[in-house]
Amino acid sequence: MAAGGKAGPKSPSKPRAVPGPGPLAHGWLVLYNIVLTAGWIAVLYVYIVHVLNNPSPPEVYSGIYDSVEVVLKVFQSLALLEIVHAALGIVPSNVLLTAFQVFSRVFLLWGVAHPFKEAQTSLGMSLCIAAWTITEIIRYSFYTFALLKMKPYVLQWCRYTFFIVLYPIGVSGELLAIYSALTPAAEQKAFSLEMPNPLNFSFYYHYFLVGGMLTYIPVFPQLYFHMVRQRRKIIGGVTKVVKKE
Amino acid sequence: MLVVVYCVHCVIMCFFASLQIEILHAKSGKQITRLDHVDNYSTVLDLKKWIYKQFPRYYPARQSLRLEPRGRNLSDEETVRSLDLRVGDRKLYLRDLGPQIGWKTVFLCEYAGPIFAYLLFYLRPAFIYGVTKAKTQPVVHIAFACWTFHYVKRVLETQFVHRFSHGTMPIRNIFKNCTYYWGFAAFVAYYINHPLYTPPAYGDLQVYPALAGFVINELGNFSIHLAFMNMRPPGTKTRSIPYPTGNPFTSLFSLVSCPNYTYEVGSWVCFTIMTQCFPALLFTIAGFYQMTVWAIGKHRNYLKEFSNYPRSRKPIIPFLL
Repeated sequence: MAAGGKAGPKSPSKPRAVPGPGPLAHGWLVLYNIVLTAGWIAVLYVYIVHVLNNPSPPEVYSGIYDSVEVVLKVFQSLALLEIVHAALGIVPSNVLLTAFQVFSRVFLLWGVAHPFKEAQTSLGMSLCIAAWTITEIIRYSFYTFALLKMKPYVLQWCRYTFFIVLYPIGVSGELLAIYSALTPAAEQKAFSLEMPNPLNFSFYYHYFLVGGMLTYIPVFPQLYFHMVRQRRKIIGGVTKVVKKE
Repeated sequence: MLVVVYCVHCVIMCFFASLQIEILHAKSGKQITRLDHVDNYSTVLDLKKWIYKQFPRYYPARQSLRLEPRGRNLSDEETVRSLDLRVGDRKLYLRDLGPQIGWKTVFLCEYAGPIFAYLLFYLRPAFIYGVTKAKTQPVVHIAFACWTFHYVKRVLETQFVHRFSHGTMPIRNIFKNCTYYWGFAAFVAYYINHPLYTPPAYGDLQVYPALAGFVINELGNFSIHLAFMNMRPPGTKTRSIPYPTGNPFTSLFSLVSCPNYTYEVGSWVCFTIMTQCFPALLFTIAGFYQMTVWAIGKHRNYLKEFSNYPRSRKPIIPFLL
């Protein structure tokens, strides 16, 4: 059904005008991104210290979560604020997309790692924490500089290049971690509701986790190739300019 | 005398002048075809039929003609004259809406599914629930009757009452819509008809008033559909401001633009209370959300189209929303 008015042509859809941060919001965002950059560097530090102190498997990977747990939980959970930033319009990101990304991380941390020891000590956990850490350090430092009107090419290059390897590693880690949580979730009937009950509803958390794993199939390729296209647009373009010079 | 005849001739020729209209592709701007011997009183639908003759793939329902590539869709009834095309630069843009399917077809499909889906679970087949000797609670029978009644009513209304504004919709909608209706039907039916179903906490005190509420809301919804039917002469797409009729259920028109949706939400709220089933609650919320979106759209259209539209009316919930 045509929704337009009776007048002539509709202008081509342009991105919604974003108010942009005022000086207070700008200051807050700078602070936020600096704090998170520092936080994830702290996670990296603890991670490396653990690996150096426990070089042999399985402790090299099974003890990672235990060491980084507190720092990781604090700084990954703080990312929830990014949904608020998007909702308030002080950053140009799409609210739903941001919410989706943050919730998937927060879910992995609090819904898969936190409740299940088997997930905490899995190889997958150490892999995805490593991928998250590197990615977030680059991302938050990039945003910090961008807010200060600086765009160091090094960071931009890292952001749009590291993902090529980090995304698959992170996703594999996440899937392995969820997989390790399946059996204990089923055995403990964690977060589950069985019939009969007054709500006349049932919910099986281990099936929910399996469903979660299946969603990676359509979602991961889309996200990955979006980044590939972004890379071509952003780095591909810059390289051409350099060549002309 | 000859001068008069000549003038009359010119006027007649103006009306029946043979025009040429170029048809361009909305996306590429390239010419698709040129229609010759078009007269001022040809309608947009006539143009679509001529295009269809040349391109059998583009049946009229699939075509959207506009004055600009991204302009508003021109309605089938508009005449060439009313388009006021500039002499020597008569062109229209054609957009392919993709394969289309009739609204009636989609409605019948999406409403028939839930009847059979719910029936399947009501029969408690062993392949779903295992072999069970659990006795079926009375409220489960009542719920089956309510659900089936609701959808049979919808099918009959689609066939005999609803006067559609649009002929067709994109074909992918049938998959989307059927998934929604059939999926929710299975989801709700599975739990209500489950051998381990728990009847409502307040027993008959909860079931029978809720049932009464359901029946009242179904009657209300039907009354509104009848009122809409009577406001639109058969075969037309007339729109007019709805007002309460002799039927007391239609008095809700003084408070909301879409009382049919109001009553429908009411029906499902009552069904949820009657069955005390969380999936039914989820279904009610989903339906409420969608109907609110539609109601707000229709309310805005009413306000735009009728300057004397009663300002005190709300889209779907009296006084609130």
